[in-house]
Amino acid sequence: MKNLVGLTLLIFLTSAGYGQKFFTKNGKINFDATSSSSPERIEGVNRSATCVMDAKSGAIQFAVLMKGFEFERALMEEHFNENYVESNKYPKSEFKGKVKDADEIDLSKDGTYKVKVKGDITIHGETKEVETEGKLVVQNGKINADAEFSVKLSDFKISIPGLVADKVSKTAKIAVSCSLEPLKNQ
Amino acid sequence: MKKLFRRIIISVMVLLPSFQLMAQDPDLLKLIEGDEKPEKIRIKYAFKSPRVINSHSMEFLNPGTMDFRILHRFGQINQGYKNFFGLDQASMRMGFDFGILHNLMAGIGRSTYKKELDGFIKYAPIRQSTGPWSSPVTLALVAGMTMDGTDWSDPERQNFFTSRLAYYFQAIIGRKFSESFTLQVAPTMVHKNLAVLEKDPNNIYALGIGGRIKLSKRIAFTWDYSHVFIGMPDSGYYHPLSVGFDIETGGHVFQLHFSNSTGMNERAFITETTANWGKGDIRFGFNLSRVFQIKKKKSGEPKW
Repeated sequence: MKNLVGLTLLIFLTSAGYGQKFFTKNGKINFDATSSSSPERIEGVNRSATCVMDAKSGAIQFAVLMKGFEFERALMEEHFNENYVESNKYPKSEFKGKVKDADEIDLSKDGTYKVKVKGDITIHGETKEVETEGKLVVQNGKINADAEFSVKLSDFKISIPGLVADKVSKTAKIAVSCSLEPLKNQ
Repeated sequence: MKKLFRRIIISVMVLLPSFQLMAQDPDLLKLIEGDEKPEKIRIKYAFKSPRVINSHSMEFLNPGTMDFRILHRFGQINQGYKNFFGLDQASMRMGFDFGILHNLMAGIGRSTYKKELDGFIKYAPIRQSTGPWSSPVTLALVAGMTMDGTDWSDPERQNFFTSRLAYYFQAIIGRKFSESFTLQVAPTMVHKNLAVLEKDPNNIYALGIGGRIKLSKRIAFTWDYSHVFIGMPDSGYYHPLSVGFDIETGGHVFQLHFSNSTGMNERAFITETTANWGKGDIRFGFNLSRVFQIKKKKSGEPKW
């Protein structure tokens, strides 16, 4: 019987080490396509992005509903959904990638880690490879993940009509900020 | 027996973690899917504007916005070059509409035709949505009032201020069937406090049918017809029909159209359309709509 207890403990310990995963359902994604000559800010924010990260393998994935982007001006939000990202046709944007050299960092220890993330981003039904630098801050068993990168809107077949070209930039800055918590009952 | 039992437990314990290992789906997001409750989400953008052409549409202004509308109706095209196909004459209405809640708006306007002032309030108890407790259609109710600003036709007799007033009540039942097709019907009643002739009725009943077919992301084909069932004078008056295009250019929505009506409020276009499409008495007209954000949008506005 003693053996059994020992074995159970051992199994639990090892399984805890198996690809501990972290997640969030309210990650923040900022989108900014303000052109340098624009009198108004063309920016939106989404506070309900989902993200799951596998600390062991470094795999990281994001999903965000395009309709969840909020703009200061209602008309901008309407145009974003109706004319640019066509959120009825393409409701979701995704990122599937990997933290480079994930095995070199130990995310079970508190600290700040600069990482490179590479993967495929899908917006407006178009997929492109992106690579960006990010920051992982581990504290009390949680991970704060931040990254900033730019995408060319034409890469995703989002066209900017000439009439608004002085307001809407051809590239959009995307800032991601997530506070990831350990995923239980995996 | 005890031994066998123990063996089973041990083998299960050993096997469990390996199952876990196998379950490492490459799609990590699936791990956190599925436990959300389906949400009720409003169907938005059934029309580009809260008006089809003349009539109110099932769409509402966003809360905190003001729609400044300038409407023009020109003369009849069949007047030819002498009147530059009607463009020499213009009748206009200027309006200010305000979005108060996602399902409540109000507005005022002033038309050159009969120097008429009009105001309305529009409320939707039911809006088209998806998810639990959703509705396949939007039901919107409009109540409006118009005030004739011209001189009394007969100053000799005793005239009352109330004779200048008319009211209209409308129920709009509409559905955005798809991204490109929206249709609505609108039973309408117009009450005039003073009818021109003794035999003319004070109450006029009509059914409006309006719709939109989206041709591209920024251009749509629209039509707006009202069939007057009860209260149409015997001769000289026709059912108003307008067809046109909505063109959206960033900040503005242009509604360019052809119509047989001059009036730009419900009383005027439903009860006083005197031109006949059949004879080619068509006018060109446009509505220009510019939406201003007058109150900053609150973040975290409920989806419902």
